[in-house]
Amino acid sequence: MARRTFSIGGVHPADSKISRGCKLEYLPIPPTVYIALSQHIGAPAKPVVTVGDKVKVGQVLAEPGGFMSAYIHSSVSGTVKSIGPRKDLSGNNQMVVEIAVEGDEWMENIDRSDTLVTDLPEDPKAIIEKIKLGGVVGLGGATFPTHVKLSPPPGKTCEMLIINGCECEPYLTSDFRTLLEKGEQVVIGTALIKKALGVAKATIAIEDNKLEAIEHINKVVDSLKSKGPEYSGIEVLSLMKKYPEGGEKQLIDAVMHRQVKSGGLPIDVGAVVDNVCTALAVYEAVQKNKPLIDNSVTVTGECFPKQANLIVRVGTPLNYVIDYLGGVPEAAAKVISGGPMMGKAIANLEAATMKGTGGLLFLTREQTKRMPESNCIRCGKCADACPMGLEPFLLNRLSKAGDMDALEANAVQDCIMCGCCLYSCPAGIPLLDTISQARGQVMGIMRARAAAAKAAAEAAKAAAEAANGSTGSPTVK
Amino acid sequence: MTTTIIWTIAIISGLGLLLALTLYLVAQRFKVVEDPRIELVEKAMPGANCGGCGFAGCHAFADSAVKAPNLDNHYCPVGGNETMKKVAEILGYEIKEKAPMVAVVRCNGTCDARPRTSEYDGSISCKVKASLYAGDTGCSFGCLGCGDCVAACKFGALSMNPQTGLPVVDEEKCTACGACVKACPKAIIELRKKGPRGMREYVCCVNKDKGPSVKKACANACIGCGICSKTCTHDAIVLENNVAYIDFEKCKLCRECEAMCPTGAIHGVNFPKPIDKDAIKARVQERQKKAREAAAAAARQAQEPEQIKKEESNG
Amino acid sequence: MNMSMDKILVSPNPHIHSATTTKVLMRDVVIALLPAVIVSVVVDGWKEMLVLAVSVLSCMALEYLITRYCFKKASTLGDWSAAVTGVLLALNLPPTTPWWVVFLGAVFAIGVAKMTFGGLGQNIFNPALVGRVFLLISFPTYMTHWEIPQGLFGVDAISGATPLGAIKEGLMQGATVPDLMASHGYTYSQMLFANIGGSAGEACAIAILVGFIYLVARKVIKPWITLSILGTVAAVSCIFWLANPAQFTDPLFNLLTGGLLLGSCFMATDYVTSPMSTKGGIIFGIGIGFITLMIRYFGSYPEGVSFAILIMNSTVPLLNNWFHQKKYGRA
Repeated sequence: MARRTFSIGGVHPADSKISRGCKLEYLPIPPTVYIALSQHIGAPAKPVVTVGDKVKVGQVLAEPGGFMSAYIHSSVSGTVKSIGPRKDLSGNNQMVVEIAVEGDEWMENIDRSDTLVTDLPEDPKAIIEKIKLGGVVGLGGATFPTHVKLSPPPGKTCEMLIINGCECEPYLTSDFRTLLEKGEQVVIGTALIKKALGVAKATIAIEDNKLEAIEHINKVVDSLKSKGPEYSGIEVLSLMKKYPEGGEKQLIDAVMHRQVKSGGLPIDVGAVVDNVCTALAVYEAVQKNKPLIDNSVTVTGECFPKQANLIVRVGTPLNYVIDYLGGVPEAAAKVISGGPMMGKAIANLEAATMKGTGGLLFLTREQTKRMPESNCIRCGKCADACPMGLEPFLLNRLSKAGDMDALEANAVQDCIMCGCCLYSCPAGIPLLDTISQARGQVMGIMRARAAAAKAAAEAAKAAAEAANGSTGSPTVK
Repeated sequence: MTTTIIWTIAIISGLGLLLALTLYLVAQRFKVVEDPRIELVEKAMPGANCGGCGFAGCHAFADSAVKAPNLDNHYCPVGGNETMKKVAEILGYEIKEKAPMVAVVRCNGTCDARPRTSEYDGSISCKVKASLYAGDTGCSFGCLGCGDCVAACKFGALSMNPQTGLPVVDEEKCTACGACVKACPKAIIELRKKGPRGMREYVCCVNKDKGPSVKKACANACIGCGICSKTCTHDAIVLENNVAYIDFEKCKLCRECEAMCPTGAIHGVNFPKPIDKDAIKARVQERQKKAREAAAAAARQAQEPEQIKKEESNG
Repeated sequence: MNMSMDKILVSPNPHIHSATTTKVLMRDVVIALLPAVIVSVVVDGWKEMLVLAVSVLSCMALEYLITRYCFKKASTLGDWSAAVTGVLLALNLPPTTPWWVVFLGAVFAIGVAKMTFGGLGQNIFNPALVGRVFLLISFPTYMTHWEIPQGLFGVDAISGATPLGAIKEGLMQGATVPDLMASHGYTYSQMLFANIGGSAGEACAIAILVGFIYLVARKVIKPWITLSILGTVAAVSCIFWLANPAQFTDPLFNLLTGGLLLGSCFMATDYVTSPMSTKGGIIFGIGIGFITLMIRYFGSYPEGVSFAILIMNSTVPLLNNWFHQKKYGRA
C-alpha cells in the first residue's frame, strides 16, 4: 500500500532525531522563574497577583485579557519579586512575572499521583471549562488557546479530531517520548477532546519514522476500549515521513484528503487538530486539576554532548536548562528554540521558557551558516517544495518590486512559513525572508479592506434602516 | 513606366492620407480633456516623483492641487517654498511658507560604542531583521545598519558609514521627502527643522529602556537622566519613556543641554564655533545655584504670608 | 565551556539547508553528459577532443573574464554552468570544426546569449544553442561538413551527409524515403550505437539516454519536457508517415536521428530557458516537437531541433505566466 502523506510539495531533510532514546526527565526547579504574560496567540493575560504575594504551584497568576487569551499559572511556589518588562529570546521587552522559588508547595486540589483517571466528566461544557481554567494552549507551536479551538462557531460541526503526533521537524523528540511514556494519558486526553467536541472519530497521526510509538499507541487504544464508549472511534494512522506533515493544513490533507480553503479554518472542512502534548495537557487539566505549568523540551544537536528530553517548569531561564546539561558547547554557533525548519534563533539565552517551547537545538556554524546568495537559475525547486503550491521565486520577485496586488493574486497570504523554499533553493536565495515580509504587508492590507467593507456594510444597513423608518411602516407579508 | 510611377505615387499618397485621417479621428475620439493648469503645475514641480508630498507622483500632486480649494494640504517638501510659490502663482492661491526640513538620524550607536552581541545571518534588510529580533546589539531600539533608508532615498542623500555602521545624511542632497522615515522600521530617522544656517540641536538616541541597561548596551545612548530638561530654560525638552526629545519649534540653540548631557547623546551640528562645555556648565551651574537660593528664600517668605492668610480666612 | 555571546548566529528560519546547490546541480549535468562525451571522443577521435577542449576552456575563460572585469563581481566560474555550456556547444558541432570557429561559437554563447542578459539565470535563450545557430548561419560550410566516423584511431575521413541531410537532399531530387534508406544503408541499430555522421553528440542515442536517466534519477530534472517532445515527434511523424510513407520519414527514424535526443534531454530541459510548471513544460515540449518536425519535413534545413528549442524559449515567460502550480485549497 502506498504510504499516506499530504499531496502538494514537501521536503525530506535528514531525520537527525538523535535524542530519541533519551527518556523524559524532570528538570530541577530553578531558583527564579520568569513567567511571561503573553504565552499564547491573542491578548496578553492580566496579572492578578502583586509584588510580594506568596504563590503556590498551580496558582493563577494572570487571567485571560480577552476572548482570545488564556490563564497563566505559577509553575513554582515562592514570592512574586516583580512584574515588569524583561528581554525575551529575541531581545525585545516582554511583560513577565518574576518569582523567587521557595520550596515546592502545590495547590491542594491538584492530584499529583500517578494513577490514571479514565472516567471522563459527563458534561462536555465542563471539560472545556476545565481546559480554560487550566490555561491549556496548543503546544504544536502556534499556542492557540485550546478552549477557543474546542468551541466551534455556530453552524460548523466537527467530523474528525486529529491528534498531531507527526513531529515532522528534524531533531525534536519530545512528542515521540510523550507518546511512548505517557501514551495512556495522551489517549485519555484524546477521548476528552473528542467528547468536548461531540465528535465520533479521532485519528492519532504519527509519522512512520516512529514505529515504536505507533505500535505502543495502538496497544493503548485497544486496552482502553473497555473503559467506556468514549474510547471507541480512536484510531492510529501511520503517515509517510515528510516535512511539513505536522502543519495543520497538510495534516488535514493527509488524513482526510480535504483541503482548507485559503483564509479558512480547519473546522470549515470538519476538522480540529491538536498536538499530542496538548492532549496530555488536557488530560492533566481535566482529570488531575493540574494546569499547564510544565512542558517537555528536547535539548539536542550533534555538537551538544548530553541530549535530553526534559520536563521543564514554564518560566525556567534557558541558561539554567543548558547549564544543567553541561553548558553551551564550544562548537555551537546557533541556538534555536524549536526545530531547525521553523524554530526561532535565540539571541538572548537569559530568556525563559514558555508554554510553547518544544526544543532547544544547538547547531554548528557549518550546519547552519547561510551560503552566499547567487543568481536564481529558475529551477523551480522552491515551487516543487512549497506545500501550499505557491511559487516562491515569483513571490520573491514581486515582493522586491513591491507589487502588493500581484502578491495577493499569487496567494502570498497562504504561506505557512514552513521554510521549504529556502531549504531547497540551490542558489541560497533568502526567499522566505522577503516572502514573510510581503505576507505580513498583504495580510495587513486584506484586514484593512475587510474592516472597511464591514464598516461600509454597516453604514449602508443603518442608512437603509433610517430610510425605511422615514418612509413609514415596513411592509408586512 | 510612367503609369507605374504615377500609380505608386497615388497609392502611397492615398495610404498616407487615409492613415492620417484615422489617426486624427482616433485622437479626437479618445481625447482627454484636462485642466491646462495641471500641466503647468506639473512643470513647476521638481519631477522626482518621490511621493514625499503624500501623492503618487508629481502629476497626481498637480491634479489634486488644481482641484483643491486651497494649498493647505499640498506641500512639496522637495521643491520647498520656491516651488510652492510658483504653484501658488499659477493657481492664484496663497501659501503658508514652511521652514525647510532635513532628515536626522537619531542613533549614535557606533560599532565602538555599541558592542555586537550576536551575528545576524539573514537578508540584509532592516525590515527582515527587525521582524526577527531586537538586533545584533544590546540595544533593541537602535539602528540595525542594513541600510533600508539608503535604498529608499531617491536623491542619493543617504549613505552608510562603514566605520560607524550608521547612515549619514548629506544635507545638501536631502529634500526631506520622508521616504527614509517610512523605510526605517525602528523609527530612528526624523524630519527636523533645518535651522538657521543649518544649526540644530537634537537628541541622538531613541532608546526607551531604563538607564542602567541602556548604559550597558551603548556608551552614546540617552539614559533618560533628565539633566537636559532641567537645564533647558526654553521648555523645549521633554523626557518621556526614559528618553529626552528636543522640540525644534521651541529650541533656541543655546547648547546648554548639549554641554550638560553626561553621555554626549545630544548633538549640535553646523555651529560656527566648537562648543565650550566647561564655560557653559559653569554658567548653568551658577544660574541653578542662584535659582535654588532664590527658591529657598521665596519658600521662607511664602510661609509667613500663608500663615497670615490662613488666619485671615479663619477669622 | 560557555561560548561567548558575540559568536551567536541569528537568522530567520529555516536554519538548515539541503545539500543541493547550483554547483551540485550543474556538476550532475556534466556527469550526465560524460557518456555522450566519451562516445563522441572514441568515435570521432582527437579532432573531437580538440573541439571539446577549445569549447569548454573558452566558455569558462569568457565567463571568468566577463563576470570579473565587466560585471566587477565575484567570478561565477565555480557554479559549473559555463562548463555545461561548453560541453553542450562542443557536442553540437561537427568534429571537423576548426578551433577558431569553435571559439567564436563560445564567444557568442557566453558573451552574447548569456552575459548580455545578466549572466546565469537571466538569459532567455539557451546559450549553447545560440552559439550553434550563430555558427550554422555564419559558417554553413564548416557546420554542414560531416564525416563518416572512422574511430579514435581512424586515418582517412570520408565526407558524407547526415541521415537527415541525405534524405532531404534525395527527396528534393524526387526519390522516395524507402529507396533512400536502402541506398544509404541506414539501420536503426547503427543510429542507436553511434556510427552515423553528425554532430559529435548527435551520434549515439544510448549514451544520451543513459545521461538523461541519471539526471531524472538524481531529481535534477523532471522528465516531462523530454517525454512530451519525443511523444509529439513520434505522434506527429506517425500521422505523416502513415499518410504518405514515400514522402515522409517514419517515427523511429525521426526519434533517433539528428539532435533530437541531445536537444530534448539536455537543451530543452535547461532550467533557465524552460517553463517552471509541469503543465507549461508539457506545452513547451509539444511546441518543440511540432516545430522540429515541420522544419524537418517542410523547411529548407534538414534539422530543426535547435530552431524549435530557440523559438519555444521565447515563449517561456508567457508559459510561466499562464501555467501555475496547483495551489493548496484553491480551485
